Amino acid sequence: MSDDSKRIKVSGKAIPVRGNDIDTDRIIPARFLRCVTFDGIGEHAFEDDRKQVAEKGGQHPFDNPAFAGAEILLANKNFGCGSSREHAPQAIMRWGRGIKAIIGESFAEIFFGNCISLGIPAVTVDAGTVGKIMSAVEADSSIEVSVDVENKTVSWGGENAPCEIGDGPRMQFLEGRWDSTLELLSAKDEISATAARLPYFNQWQ
Amino acid sequence: MGKNLYNKVFDLHTVRRLPSGQYQILMGLQMLHEVTSPQAFAALRERDLGVMHPDRNYATADHIIPTASQARPFADGLAEQMMQELERNVKDFGITYFSPESGTQGIVHIVGPEEGLTQPGMTICCGDSHTSTHGAFGAIAFGIGTSQVRDVLATQCMSMGRAKVRRIEINGKLRPGVYAKDVTLYIIQQLGVKGGVGYAYEYAGDVFENMTMEERMTVCNMSIEGGARCGYINPDQTTYDYIKGRKYAPSDTAWNKAVAYWESVKSDPDAEYDDVVRYNAEDIEPIVTWGITPGQSTSVSGAIPALGEFDATEQELIKEAYEYMSFEPGQSIKGTKVDVAFLGSCTNGRLSDFAEVIQHIKGRDFKVASSVRAIAVPGSIKVREEMMKRGWDQVLRDAGFEFREAGCSMCLAMNPDKLQGREVCASSSNRNFKGRQGSPTGRTLLMSPVMVAAAAFTGEVTDAREFFEIAAEPVGV
Repeated sequence: MSDDSKRIKVSGKAIPVRGNDIDTDRIIPARFLRCVTFDGIGEHAFEDDRKQVAEKGGQHPFDNPAFAGAEILLANKNFGCGSSREHAPQAIMRWGRGIKAIIGESFAEIFFGNCISLGIPAVTVDAGTVGKIMSAVEADSSIEVSVDVENKTVSWGGENAPCEIGDGPRMQFLEGRWDSTLELLSAKDEISATAARLPYFNQWQ
Repeated sequence: MGKNLYNKVFDLHTVRRLPSGQYQILMGLQMLHEVTSPQAFAALRERDLGVMHPDRNYATADHIIPTASQARPFADGLAEQMMQELERNVKDFGITYFSPESGTQGIVHIVGPEEGLTQPGMTICCGDSHTSTHGAFGAIAFGIGTSQVRDVLATQCMSMGRAKVRRIEINGKLRPGVYAKDVTLYIIQQLGVKGGVGYAYEYAGDVFENMTMEERMTVCNMSIEGGARCGYINPDQTTYDYIKGRKYAPSDTAWNKAVAYWESVKSDPDAEYDDVVRYNAEDIEPIVTWGITPGQSTSVSGAIPALGEFDATEQELIKEAYEYMSFEPGQSIKGTKVDVAFLGSCTNGRLSDFAEVIQHIKGRDFKVASSVRAIAVPGSIKVREEMMKRGWDQVLRDAGFEFREAGCSMCLAMNPDKLQGREVCASSSNRNFKGRQGSPTGRTLLMSPVMVAAAAFTGEVTDAREFFEIAAEPVGV
């Protein structure tokens, strides 16, 4: 694997999307799933939420020029619940300069798995920490936020706190093995052996 | 201590432990559809990879397919393009495709069981979170993302961690007018939409043992709405009777070998679980969601809960739900005006779901309220044809329902079936997320098909037990 695929530390501007249980339909409304490639999906991230906030005279973070160019997304609990569609993380990673890491209180399981497959470290921190980082970037969007996958820490504006990511995904990011196809294919003999011992794989012979 | 089904099947399909600590797991069956597969096939072409086991991958079209008419080309150019892409992919990679032309198309989670592909003791995946449906057969079945669809095509494997297992035991007898949909909404209400994260759910006890396969599918379907990526019920005679004789079911001498394998993967009587919860069937009432997650629900006789009933960390979301849905705490759910009634989806689009509705309306002169648009969408062409053979299409039309062709339809509104503006929909589907049914401000109330029918006729949320005069006590068995 090349060094390009390693995800040891991600740093950049951050964008907060406050709220628990933000589901995949909100991240990318289903009408934008009518596509055969993921090209151009990024600009529709949070489209309906953005419109609704705008109609009430507010501004969704994804429309706030202060957060343009952000590469780290800040989220609360159970972010990405709902559909298994990869269009949700694909939209986030294709918005603006592309989100390259997510800091949240917790993630929905399938969404988290999809993030790994796409090389996006999604790390968890306690509610207090994410609240502090959100407030800090809302006060000054230019501060640099970092996700240090290797040392399991997040840092922002001179402060830092521990974060969690499972040992498995962490190693995948550190070693650049999150692109799984080749790794899975390298076990061809073991795959055949497993299939051979399952009666239904062999027409019940 | 014995082993539960999840761990038995997981171990049997483990190819190896990966350096990451995850497991490489062999997939017995992958179902494909037009929305989450095109990018996976494109990735195979990019890397010059083939499909390792074309005979373990099956495709159909469901999400974008129009239900007013399936005639080609579709009016929606993007949908037509997705269909053509699917047709090209299955042809190029030699995958069996349950197409509209062959009369076998339908929602992916209805087609798999219908064709006899879904069997106990399998690992089953699909790029759709409601793949948990197939767990009704005692399979480990779960939704995956497009990168994993690609991996399974190329290697028939994916990497995953082992889930914890929670046994959800419900004993006793459901009251009349309480259905599988109410059971699953009840579980989500009790455990929350995040309660199942990291878990597989094993549903056990009298209630699930007494359910038909189609009812079991309704329950397992919504496991993911409670956060559990998969949910299953141990296979039994009901399971085997359902499978027998279907196109891809084992036959002749293979049958006994198959049953022996299926019996061997059942949870042992002394199996270990990471958690066990128990509920009483008699406590479950018809349930209606009032909010923007499937856990925000109340019994039909109940009211919108007060803010103070929720944990402080949940209150922001609850306020958001009140506002989006235009509900006030304390307000009764009964009497809420509805504009649309939707019967269908992978949760409740099977023959028995429509049978339950037909049973209460046939021969009685009910008419859909003039203010309500009501649509009935069979989950597959086979379900649709069986309904027509029995004359149910006419019963539904006479009552004022539109009778549509098969597809996902207004469950996620990727096709032309959509709510308009702030319409309220009484829906037999599985998600009440903001904007889920096609209008960014549309509102969804999840409930059982019989409750949807009652709402269609009265134009408001109604206790179907009163409206259809469903006997208060069980009458025989």
